Amino acid sequence: MSRRVLVVACGLIYLFLMLPILVVFPISLSSAPYMQFPPPGLSWQWYERYLDDPQWIEATWRSLYIGTATACLALGLGVPLAFSLVRGKFLGRGFVERLALAPVIVPTIILSVAVYGIFAKLKLIGAWYGLVVAHTVLALPFVVLVMVAGLRDFDRGLEHAAEGLGASRWRTLTRITLPLLRPSLVSAGLLAFISSFDEVVVALFLAGANMTLPKKMFDNILMEIDPTIAAVSVMQILLVSLVLVLIGRFGRGLSGSAR
Amino acid sequence: MERLDAEKGMKQESAELLIEGAGKRFGEVAALDGVSLQVARGELLTILGPSGSGKTTLLKVVAGFEKPDTGSVKIDGVEITALPPARRDIGMVFQNYALFPHLTVERNVAFPLEMRNVAKPEIVRRVADALALVELAGYGQRLPRQLSGGQQQRVALARAIVFNPRLLLLDEPFGALDRKLRETMQLEVRRLQRRLGLTTIFITHDQEEALVLSDRIAVMNKGTIQQIATTTEIYERPANDFVADFVGESNIFHGAMSGPGTVALEGGRTLQVKSDKPAGAKVGVLMRPERFASGGANAFAGEVIEAVYLGTSFKLRLACEGGLELLVRQPARGALPAPGTRVAVGIDPDAIHVF
Repeated sequence: MSRRVLVVACGLIYLFLMLPILVVFPISLSSAPYMQFPPPGLSWQWYERYLDDPQWIEATWRSLYIGTATACLALGLGVPLAFSLVRGKFLGRGFVERLALAPVIVPTIILSVAVYGIFAKLKLIGAWYGLVVAHTVLALPFVVLVMVAGLRDFDRGLEHAAEGLGASRWRTLTRITLPLLRPSLVSAGLLAFISSFDEVVVALFLAGANMTLPKKMFDNILMEIDPTIAAVSVMQILLVSLVLVLIGRFGRGLSGSAR
Repeated sequence: MERLDAEKGMKQESAELLIEGAGKRFGEVAALDGVSLQVARGELLTILGPSGSGKTTLLKVVAGFEKPDTGSVKIDGVEITALPPARRDIGMVFQNYALFPHLTVERNVAFPLEMRNVAKPEIVRRVADALALVELAGYGQRLPRQLSGGQQQRVALARAIVFNPRLLLLDEPFGALDRKLRETMQLEVRRLQRRLGLTTIFITHDQEEALVLSDRIAVMNKGTIQQIATTTEIYERPANDFVADFVGESNIFHGAMSGPGTVALEGGRTLQVKSDKPAGAKVGVLMRPERFASGGANAFAGEVIEAVYLGTSFKLRLACEGGLELLVRQPARGALPAPGTRVAVGIDPDAIHVF
């Protein structure tokens, strides 16, 4: 009895979460010129509209390389930081760890306004690398969380073994430590990528005329509502799903269970 | 045949290790308190001690993972105390093997050679030799997790000896294996060590294992070496209470020499012993349970308070007159004596060790 209640409750919650997707997919294939559900007929016209519009394509590319650059920068900063947090002994280590996670707590809008103030002075508004810097701040907590979890589980006996067998610190790092941390690195990098690729608030403030995909979608909703946005959403959902599948396959979660 | 060839390629001059006055403190605790010891070329020395005795710290000092506060470590007369582990040329087998899980067996064994920039063809040859030596030829492409515990152990051993180390360190390597496999591996390690003439330090808390494997044993407690001696010496003539109690089963009593060849125990009982200690000297007396016979110069009669059947022998706990409690082993013949039975045993003076 109680089990049946549980199944029904879970089913409803799942349905609630999936409903937008269930609506978005058919609409993206609609033959009607406006948002209508259920769609009167099927066509690829909205996907063609997206692919033919240089603005959409440009925004997509921009989001892809900003996401990639953000992932690289966040890894470059977050991995050494995680190493020092797990293995270092220094005054204020706990404080630094909390500080690294602060961007999760600080409302994005507050952060955006603050960064806007600085970037306006530095003339970085509209520059893609400015956005990369701001996105890195947001992505850093993910990288630090994943890497700290990975490093806490890491068996340092393997590093000692490597050193005992004649490996220098550097070769121990490159031959043993980093290869063994690869699942964590993959997860951290892909999470950082997604956090940038999906990000709209900071982009609204900093992107200027050079729109990222989420900002272009936002503007599109404000100006003209047509099913193109549904087509773009579908493609974005598919890409993010693919990334999540990659994390599941090659990455490692926060739970501490090595794959 | 294959094994013989492999052996020829690997046999080499192993080094002599000298530790002088090594001391290491962790806060208030002295993990090592002026430890000195020498390991001869080709010798297998076991460091035996309970956990917390400092044996692991000593191993780390030798391997270079821990720097001693005082004292020095020398190999072949060359001081290595300040050298990092990577430059010591010491092969080590860790407690949990520490095989690299992302590398195949072959790559694991090749690792120390790659770190020494050995030429590729030679690496291939030497890895094959080392794997043949531990009877794992044909397993090169497997990952460590695809091997059994005993096989992983062999890989760890192959990896530790493939680069002709000057010294081999074994840190409780058999702890995770079941009894039978442990015994096989012990003998195998011993054979390999002898054949290659490797100077070896073996760390364990298992006194039985220490007796099986070693040329000599160093018994450690509280950061100091209690006694270094051959296995028979350690067992038959321990230097003090700790060694007598830690190695093997024992009956230990205290007393004083009351005349030439007699000891008056604290309970009042006197024993005939073989000892040239002067009258009045405070002494300890060790009687091994298996040295009791049905009769002897020193006779004991007592009531059985506990009896255990061990297959080849009976283990009896006897309450004797004068409050003495004795642990006695007898050949398992006939029925196991029931608790309450009176049993008479005896022991000759030369079977009693006085220290």
